[in-house]
Amino acid sequence: MLQFLAKRLLMLIPVVFGILLFTFALTRLVPGDPCYVMLGEKATKEKCDDFKKRFGLDKSIPEQFIRYMGNLAQGDFGTSIVDKRAITDIISERLPMTVELTFFAMIFSSVFGVLLGVISALNRNSWADMGTMLIANMGVSMPVFWLGLLLAYVFAIWLKGTPFFIPPSSRLSAGVSLVPLAKIWHLENLTGMSRFLLQLISNSAILNGILTGNITLVRDALWHLILPATAVGTISLAIIARMTRSSLLEVLGLDYIRTARAKGLIERLVISKHALRNALIPIVTIIGIQIGGLLGGAILTETIFSLPGVGSAMVDGILMRNYPVVQGFSVVIAIIFVFTNLIVDLSYAYLDPRIRLE
Amino acid sequence: METTVPKLIADTTFERQSPSVEALRRLLKHRSAQVGMVLLGILIICAIFAPWIAPYDPIKPIRTATRRSTPCIHFLGCPANKEQHIMGVDGNSRDLFSRIIYGSRVSLKIGIQSIGMAILVGGLLGALAGFLGGWLDNVIMRCMDVLMAFPGILLAIAIVAVLGPGLMNALYAIAIIEIPIYARVLRASVLEVKDRDYVTASRSMGASNTRLLFTRVLPNAMTPLIVQGTLGIATAILSAAGLGFLGLGNQPPTAEWGSMLSEERNSVFNAPFLVFFPGLAIMMTVLSFNLIGDGLRDALDPRLRGSGA
Repeated sequence: MLQFLAKRLLMLIPVVFGILLFTFALTRLVPGDPCYVMLGEKATKEKCDDFKKRFGLDKSIPEQFIRYMGNLAQGDFGTSIVDKRAITDIISERLPMTVELTFFAMIFSSVFGVLLGVISALNRNSWADMGTMLIANMGVSMPVFWLGLLLAYVFAIWLKGTPFFIPPSSRLSAGVSLVPLAKIWHLENLTGMSRFLLQLISNSAILNGILTGNITLVRDALWHLILPATAVGTISLAIIARMTRSSLLEVLGLDYIRTARAKGLIERLVISKHALRNALIPIVTIIGIQIGGLLGGAILTETIFSLPGVGSAMVDGILMRNYPVVQGFSVVIAIIFVFTNLIVDLSYAYLDPRIRLE
Repeated sequence: METTVPKLIADTTFERQSPSVEALRRLLKHRSAQVGMVLLGILIICAIFAPWIAPYDPIKPIRTATRRSTPCIHFLGCPANKEQHIMGVDGNSRDLFSRIIYGSRVSLKIGIQSIGMAILVGGLLGALAGFLGGWLDNVIMRCMDVLMAFPGILLAIAIVAVLGPGLMNALYAIAIIEIPIYARVLRASVLEVKDRDYVTASRSMGASNTRLLFTRVLPNAMTPLIVQGTLGIATAILSAAGLGFLGLGNQPPTAEWGSMLSEERNSVFNAPFLVFFPGLAIMMTVLSFNLIGDGLRDALDPRLRGSGA
């Protein structure tokens, strides 16, 4: 297993290098002089020269790339052109929201997707099966932000006055707030990567609540995530349900299942211990593939629920031509995505020993 | 006793049909593909005959209409002295139904053009990688890995950041994010076909690499690409709607479903129909391509029948 992990880590090096090259190229590919593009048409020549010097744009392209990589390695993502804030601060403020949303959407879609798929497969061609597959087909075709808006409408207007009322509101209720961990733990002097990581954890309302024992904060944060996570997770739920159904049906037709039944095992054990474990490999694959879609869904949906995440930061970055912000978020998300895929790969190796030996 | 011997009819022949005619027959019989084709048919009719179907101009505000007024259908009891607006009036006093009808043009255009571009570029790269192999294969596929390392919509956003917001730029961005998928699909398919006997036979007869690739390998490696392409149009339409929703795709006042949703998203609580219909239009369009894609997969590869659930 260790050898497998080492091999997969080595294979990541060219991909991460490619990601850095691509995001570096993004800002250099903007048509026109980057200075006039970023500072506006009216920028004077002196201002431009100063700008180029500050951002190292007067150096050759390979030199600029090396400098860019060096800065990233030290946790320096540059500064925002609009408000001169460090990009790491903006990322640590916005990223936890999107990651939390993606994570809970994934849990929602995996749990209910597998459950619906199993129900469908065990009652093949019944009404439950057809209903599930109809919902699955519609779920795959829905724009995630539309579903978000519909859910917001149903839970805030239709169900108003019932116990199921959920406000389509922002991250936390009024009166609930999170205290920075750096302040509580007296770590305000941290710099560089460790400060960045602490801020990331601190700005995640759920992690912050758990670490400080603030149950109200955790409960409130989870409450506000129900609707967005349902919206973001539904498309993946549909895909996972379809995959679980077909994968389980395929496994249920195999000889060893007949053997298990023939030796008198109760049906529940046949399904859970024998069939599902083998049907799980394609399901894990499909869950892994969904992560990208879920992240994208989170980016699209968070604006509907006024959640301050990556989506709105990137869109604002584009509209204000604040390229370092767009670049910073692209790098961080791509790298998170690559490593999540690595975890998915490792889980296959765990589930299917043949993969380890390849 | 008289026995009747069934006569052998000498001229009964079982006509052997070409595989593509067979596949088309299977597709036309496929239940979900039938539903998909009907939906797509309606959509194409809307797109082609938009000026005749739409009762109002999709861009010009109607002076006599009240902003965000609810749907009014005479047939369903709406007073005859009120103007008929099947899906209501939007925030800029335009007839929503007319905008939805015209919006079908934009969605179909984005879906088909972006996937067409992605298939051309991605397919060619994948075919070269699979057919020639060696370092070229490695270089192309590692570049594809890098593109795949970004979540789709994020990459599209980053590309739009470079190109600038707009419909055509959104189309290019979607085409770029879809390229690696087609490169991978065609590469895998070419790898499978290139070692078949008829390719070896052709090679031994002195056919050049170009001739082999374009006349022997590619025509026999296209099946997965057709299925993936149909499903890809569905994804592309969703991505375009997403970019439109973020304000990075189509720019107002052109009628595009994603941006229509975005314009009215704040009125979801007082005029939900303005959000409901554009979303429904997107869902039906995407559903039609998904259903046809599923049908095509079953029709073109009988081995897979039913596996798509």
